[in-house]
Amino acid sequence: MQKLKTPDLQLLHDTNAPESINAQDHPFAVQGLTVAYHHKPVLWGVSYSAPKGCLTAIIGPNGAGKSTFLKAALGLIPKLSGETKVFGAPIKKALKNIAYVPQRSAVDWDFPATAIDVVLMGLYGQIGWFRWPSRKHRETALNCLKSVGMQDFANRQIGQLSGGQQQRVFLARALAQDAEMYLMDEPFAGVDAATEKAIVMVLRKLVADGKTVLVVHHDLETVRDYYSHILLLNGQHIADGPVETTFTSENLQKAYGGRLASTQLDGLSQASGA
Amino acid sequence: MEQFFAALTMSAGYNTALVCVGAALLGAASGAIGVFVLLRKRTLVSDAISHATLPGVALAFIIAQTYFDSGRSLPVLLFGAALSAGIGVLAVDWIKTHTRLTEDAAIGTVLSTFFAVGMVLLTVIQSMSIAGQAGLEGFLLGATSGMLKSEAMTIALAAGLVGLAVVLRMKEFSLLCFDEDFAAASGYNVRWLDRTLLLLLLGVVVIGLKTVGLVLIIALAIIPPVAARFWTDRVPVLVAIAAGIGASGSFIGAAISASAPNMPTGGLIVLVLFSFFVVSLLISPVRGILAAALKHYRFQRIVHLRQGLLAIAHNEPVLEPLTRSILRKGGFMSGDGQPTFKGQSEARLIERDQKLWNLYREIYPEESHALADWSLKPIGQVLPADTVKVLEDELCPHLVVSTETPKGGAI
Repeated sequence: MQKLKTPDLQLLHDTNAPESINAQDHPFAVQGLTVAYHHKPVLWGVSYSAPKGCLTAIIGPNGAGKSTFLKAALGLIPKLSGETKVFGAPIKKALKNIAYVPQRSAVDWDFPATAIDVVLMGLYGQIGWFRWPSRKHRETALNCLKSVGMQDFANRQIGQLSGGQQQRVFLARALAQDAEMYLMDEPFAGVDAATEKAIVMVLRKLVADGKTVLVVHHDLETVRDYYSHILLLNGQHIADGPVETTFTSENLQKAYGGRLASTQLDGLSQASGA
Repeated sequence: MEQFFAALTMSAGYNTALVCVGAALLGAASGAIGVFVLLRKRTLVSDAISHATLPGVALAFIIAQTYFDSGRSLPVLLFGAALSAGIGVLAVDWIKTHTRLTEDAAIGTVLSTFFAVGMVLLTVIQSMSIAGQAGLEGFLLGATSGMLKSEAMTIALAAGLVGLAVVLRMKEFSLLCFDEDFAAASGYNVRWLDRTLLLLLLGVVVIGLKTVGLVLIIALAIIPPVAARFWTDRVPVLVAIAAGIGASGSFIGAAISASAPNMPTGGLIVLVLFSFFVVSLLISPVRGILAAALKHYRFQRIVHLRQGLLAIAHNEPVLEPLTRSILRKGGFMSGDGQPTFKGQSEARLIERDQKLWNLYREIYPEESHALADWSLKPIGQVLPADTVKVLEDELCPHLVVSTETPKGGAI
């Protein structure tokens, strides 16, 4: 039986802790994050630093706290302990560097807005209080829609879009923010194959431009194809690192326990040779 | 009636005109803020706010009348109302965050308790035999008849300010209502935005107490945006329409009330607003039920016509009565159920169109899945010409196919 890892003092004083190295190399470093819903721990002392300029998947079984990890690290939900640093700065002061893509199901798509209205929301930070989007902002928003293949739907009411198209609009809104760090919560959930392909292209483009991307991912079969790094969660931090060395049947067994058959595990971890 | 038209055209005296304009501004402001309360799905909070004003009004009256002999001063009473309504909102918030109760349960508890306290205090006032208590029940159902000029001015000014604040914060409120998490992750202080929204709502409720009354003020914040929602899918337009409906409804209601002083102003305004709602529900071309029924009717006919023509093309009997009648009306079928010459030729065109559609769905399953109109309209009207050409070449590689699209299927 594995002992529960506590958000212990050793971690906080560890000289190898991410913040004490070079802050510029750590776009998103989380220390000892602990979250509970009504006295039921969901995350327990998770420490992690996203590798800069890499495409990383957060994987783990249902209820492993993958989405909670993103939300708590961003400060969207209350946490019991832990802190997040963005390039060495406290997260609250560094939200400009971050683009967050919530789960598509988190919003009511009957909201009175068109696709381009939603993308413009990503630019509100630049537009500022008491001012309206200008022609220039609309052009930027349209370009973002173009890069996800949605330019023809700019003036469509968002409720009339398919699930995949809605997800693309969300992605375009994040692109409009032009951030250094992208955090995405299940962008592939319930989308069609064409959208999945389009999203992967956008993610690769972001990484090619030197951005850091962290994605909550559900489908173990595609992890090897899409990502270079993974973070394995199961309430606690199980493992993180490059896919080749970390996406092993041993680690998956630790995270998923009996929920994955051993044949499944072998299939996933041996796919690397193919 | 004459008096009503006089009030409506603002020629029934300066005072009446001022009251009507004040009501219109109030309606505009509450319609505008109501849009965001509706989109935030918190319409019931306004009910809690309005009922929580009563103890404040009563207490303010007792204190002001006993110590300063100024119990009927509107600003004093409204200040008391705002204070107790604010406490009510905080109580709802506290119950929601510190217990497992949902917001509606919290609202129900707070609303009824505050209202009960207010009713007890009103009874106390009646038994205290202090002078000047006559106007107090006007706060329950609204009364504009005895309104002073200065009171009408206060209402108009305050409503104008609230409306302006809503328009200036429209962008941020939209973001908050659509995607709270995204707003927070973009650095907006969601808590404060939420508070601002509630504060403006509270402002409208308090200002409207005298005109509409606390029992019905919730309608002023809910009905205009709900009616406006039938007409548009854009937030700025929604705010404009809701403000317009709120303003005109309140103006007309106040004008009727001016010509019939015995009727409660609040009830009249709400009834006028309700008529706006019913009209919107019925005739709006965007989301109205008549438009939806018409759309469905047309859709059904297109499907039947197409299926009927395809049946003719395949030499199958057409059995469905509705399909037969549509074919006959279009001249595609004679009285004895035989396809006419026109029907035969149209059936050929539709059959070819259908083949192209089937081919398209076979070659591009993803794209066709996302398409709404597949096989309902002629393919040339939906897909770009080059795609159709590819499909035609695929269908009949040896023939030179004319690029003309069939005319059938469109009604």
